[in-house]
Amino acid sequence: MARWRQTLVAAIGVTFSITMFIALLSFMAGLNDLLDGLMLNRTPHVRLYNELKAAENQPIDVFSKYKNQYNFIGSIKPSNQLLQIHNSAAIIQALKKDKRVLGVAPKIIAQVFYNVGTINLTGIINGIEVEEEDKLFAFQTNVVEGNYLDLKIISNSIILGKGAADNMLVNIGDRIQVTTTKGDQVQLKVVGFFQSGISEIDKIQSYTSIATAQKLLGESNNYITDIQVKLTDVLQAPQVAKEYSKLFELEAIDIQTANSQFETGSFVRTLISYSVGVVLLIVAGFGIYNILNMMIFEKMDTIAILKATGFSGKDVKRIFIAIALSIGIFGGLLGLLFGFGLSGVIDQIPFKTASLPTIKTYPINYNPVFYIIGGVFSIVTTYFAGFFPARKASKVDPVDIIRGK
Amino acid sequence: MGETVLEAIHINKYFHDPVKVQVLNDVDFSLSKGEFVSIIGKSGCGKSTLLYILSTMDTDFEGDLKIDGVSLLKKKEAELAQVRNEKIGFVFQFHYLLNEFSVIRNVMLPGEKLGKLTPKEIESKAYEKLKILGIEKQALKKPNQLSGGEKQRVAIARALINDPLIIMGDEPTGNLDKKNGDLVFNIFKELAEVYHQSLLIVTHDNEFAAKTHRIIEMEDGKIIKK
Repeated sequence: MARWRQTLVAAIGVTFSITMFIALLSFMAGLNDLLDGLMLNRTPHVRLYNELKAAENQPIDVFSKYKNQYNFIGSIKPSNQLLQIHNSAAIIQALKKDKRVLGVAPKIIAQVFYNVGTINLTGIINGIEVEEEDKLFAFQTNVVEGNYLDLKIISNSIILGKGAADNMLVNIGDRIQVTTTKGDQVQLKVVGFFQSGISEIDKIQSYTSIATAQKLLGESNNYITDIQVKLTDVLQAPQVAKEYSKLFELEAIDIQTANSQFETGSFVRTLISYSVGVVLLIVAGFGIYNILNMMIFEKMDTIAILKATGFSGKDVKRIFIAIALSIGIFGGLLGLLFGFGLSGVIDQIPFKTASLPTIKTYPINYNPVFYIIGGVFSIVTTYFAGFFPARKASKVDPVDIIRGK
Repeated sequence: MGETVLEAIHINKYFHDPVKVQVLNDVDFSLSKGEFVSIIGKSGCGKSTLLYILSTMDTDFEGDLKIDGVSLLKKKEAELAQVRNEKIGFVFQFHYLLNEFSVIRNVMLPGEKLGKLTPKEIESKAYEKLKILGIEKQALKKPNQLSGGEKQRVAIARALINDPLIIMGDEPTGNLDKKNGDLVFNIFKELAEVYHQSLLIVTHDNEFAAKTHRIIEMEDGKIIKK
């Protein structure tokens, strides 16, 4: 058709919007993955633990006289029971046999004070099975300095949170002193620094091996406070958690309950990027609509003669829809290509932030689904943008045009 | 002379806007195969209106229209388009060639729509038609590189491509000078006499009309002389 320049502009409109759509979605999804990874990948799908709480059966409830009344007196406070999971070895065995379970990692959580001169900083030491932890929760990626395997090899070693280490002014190889809740003081050797990306955690958390943690607390070698379970299908977590809680008589919390705000965040971000993409496409659609409308006014003679020589309204409609669709397909394909290119460029832009030690460039997710959605959407919008002008063209009365001359 | 190809039966036509005016009043005539007929009359006498009704493009009328013995009264838009494509060839005052396409493609277009022949066959047929009209050398040019007379001849070739039953012309020589006008007339005459092509030409050029086989004269929407 003669209006090459306008047609090109329309196609560029589609190209631009598809490019932005792809780049935006890839970037947003990359960011979502990153943030999810920050928290969710490092969180067990199901965590089994004991919680200190008041006895559920207070003596007054047991007393038969008040059985059918609501009792407010709770005289029995939480006893000095241990946080220990009893019979942990057997539970782990049972968990490992469950087909839904990808892996199991035991853990000891111990409250401590880091002694810095005369000041005590509160902290939490996680005793972990180093290799299991790395396999299931990518522990290694968070260790920013030192070798994470030293934790296993060197006894009485600790990997300190970066924030805590900065506060305590220690380097690798230094010794620090911690005080346990029981009052024991223990010296530990710093073999590495740990950075999760969440500074509150990095100021408090640090890691040692399970054996060191048991020694620290003065407990026997079957003392474990947490069992972390990773499932093959994360969506089953709530159900599995409920089941385990009953089966092992432990508290069990699933990842969805523990981190519901993360999912909401991801969802809202995805929603926003989709809406922006769709709006861009609709704007491009209006551009096509305008240009086709103008084209019809300019091509009245052509439409009239086509009709006079035997093309029906349907044929004329088909021609204009074909023009619109070819703009859509051509522009859309270019857009997908440019979108891929732009994503690639964003992927190369350096992005360094203290809280995300493992990230060097902006995150991008190259999910083919975005390309499929973008492609389909470009065709659908251009079809509708072409449909109305085409219908108008099909209704042009050739007599009016030819007589008007 | 031969069988009837076109029949107008008691055609009445009104314009409704702004007031109801009768433009055609009981128009009734027929056209036989191989006839070269001209319709003459003053401006506004309804001769063009009649032609557009006969060409099936205007369907808002009373009476009946038969082409090749078939009534077109109840046909749908797409069916009428089919009839135009297959049985009617058009030549307008203005050539209406598409500048985007070459001359040969312009001629081929209605043939491609009909789809009875392969593109190769249509192309050779289009060359044949251009040859009859003596412009086969211009086949690959764009219409805007041609002179007015040549353009009109291309338009005639386009009208001929599907071997139509009737060629209709609305002032086909109106925009041409004497020389080219005569040229076009001679082509029409040759088509009628050599190829037995039926022609129905609206004109207000009495000299042109005088040389045709039959003159239908109109005045105020009525046929006053067949």
